[in-house]
Amino acid sequence: MFSLESFTTIVQDWLNKTFPPNIALFFEFVIVGVLAIALFAGLGLILVLMERKVAAWIQIRLGPNRVGPKGIFQSMADTVKLIMKEGLTPDGADKFLFNLAPFIVMMVAMLVLAPIGFAKGFHIWDINIGVLYISAISSVSVIGILMAGWASNSKYSLLGAMRSGAQMVSYELSVGLSILTIIVLTGSLSINDIILSQQTGWWIFRGHIPAVIAFVIFLIAVTAETNRAPFDLSEAESELTAGFHTEYSGMKFALFFLAEYINIFIVCAIGATLFLGGWMPFHIGTWDSFNHIMDYIPSFLWFFGKTFFLIFLIMWFRWTFPRLRIDQLLNLEWKYLLPISMFNLILMTLIAIKGWHF
Amino acid sequence: MFIKQYFKDIYNAVRSLLIGMNRTGYYFTHHKEIITQQYPENRLELNLPERFRGEVILKHDEHNEHACTGCSACELACPNGTIKIINKFDISPDGKKKKAIDTFVYHLELCTMCNLCIVACPTDAIKMAQNFEHSVYNRGLLTKKLNQDGSKLRAGVE
Repeated sequence: MFSLESFTTIVQDWLNKTFPPNIALFFEFVIVGVLAIALFAGLGLILVLMERKVAAWIQIRLGPNRVGPKGIFQSMADTVKLIMKEGLTPDGADKFLFNLAPFIVMMVAMLVLAPIGFAKGFHIWDINIGVLYISAISSVSVIGILMAGWASNSKYSLLGAMRSGAQMVSYELSVGLSILTIIVLTGSLSINDIILSQQTGWWIFRGHIPAVIAFVIFLIAVTAETNRAPFDLSEAESELTAGFHTEYSGMKFALFFLAEYINIFIVCAIGATLFLGGWMPFHIGTWDSFNHIMDYIPSFLWFFGKTFFLIFLIMWFRWTFPRLRIDQLLNLEWKYLLPISMFNLILMTLIAIKGWHF
Repeated sequence: MFIKQYFKDIYNAVRSLLIGMNRTGYYFTHHKEIITQQYPENRLELNLPERFRGEVILKHDEHNEHACTGCSACELACPNGTIKIINKFDISPDGKKKKAIDTFVYHLELCTMCNLCIVACPTDAIKMAQNFEHSVYNRGLLTKKLNQDGSKLRAGVE
């Protein structure tokens, strides 16, 4: 069975044999950094193309089909265009904050990548508070967005950023509570432990109805947290031109754009880890022969398959539902999602204590 | 009562959202529904919708006859003066004067394809055609005479 774990062990052993420990660690940092940036670039290209194709097919169009066979080089052509464009800084803007904001948003996306388990034994950093770390760091990105909106010195940007702030702070609660619902079952905050606890079946199947409710709430709340339609009021094209990144152009705009897609990938990866078992193959209880066949599919394929399935769901939402008004958005969170997820958490705790889950 | 309404709202919301997703999911998986025309490539087998409006034409039958009585209802209905009808008077064999059109002038460059002239026409003489390739180098060519040379009013049309 193909595994990335043996490969990482070989690299680490070789580095430790050849170099003193500090330099070996440094080289590992460099390798991880390069891999993370490569993943970001690849994801950016793939997800932008995927979004445009999904959008086109849902709206009965063809989508990009001119650049390369079936249009697969469209996003690369767009990237080249964005690189060539001038990164304009408006005259009235706060220059330092204006130029810093895209990097903050990008850095947050990169930091959240750290505890995610991509495949069996293929972590950047397996910390014992992985889920807490993710929910703590991911709310920092609102600072980047507020910074962008404030520093642009434009009414559209400021309105977009303020809406985004209200939205992210509210929906953070629902995300946290639906994550907690699963943590109650696993009893551990470490991503690796959460995945290993789904050895005999994914939590969405084993946790009865509360797990399904938590999954739905998680999907709704992360869609809002990543500022995507139907919750994209912070960049509502029809009202605010482009919201907090109205004044950005060229590569600085591209960083916001990329960060949006990276954030989608990350929240979907977390969702896949918590509810769909991360890299754990599809196992049914004690059906050993069935489980054994499923084990032959490499673990990173399972991880990316589940993640892309969730990404597709979120894209499906985006191209189906109309945008909410700001009061409807906050109503949805405070009157519906939050009470339901609180009640759901209590129900799940009861199930966990009584041991009613499979 | 409030609780009942609360859950009813949730149920209705989820239901209507699922109906929407069902529709878009259908379009996503059924590519035969795609309506985009890849125009320059499929120029010969273009498949335009029935109600597509490209230009106004005057219908002529095989005897080079049309149904336009020259009543100028279309000219009056046109919001931006696209149509100008110039009438003449034919002398019929029994000595009566009969009104007929001399030239049906159509300014394509002014037309917004609003369809009001077709609605206004009492004899159903004009219709919207689907030809949309109107580019010319001289804008004078866009002013068209719609009645063909030597055409006359179909017998029996009043």
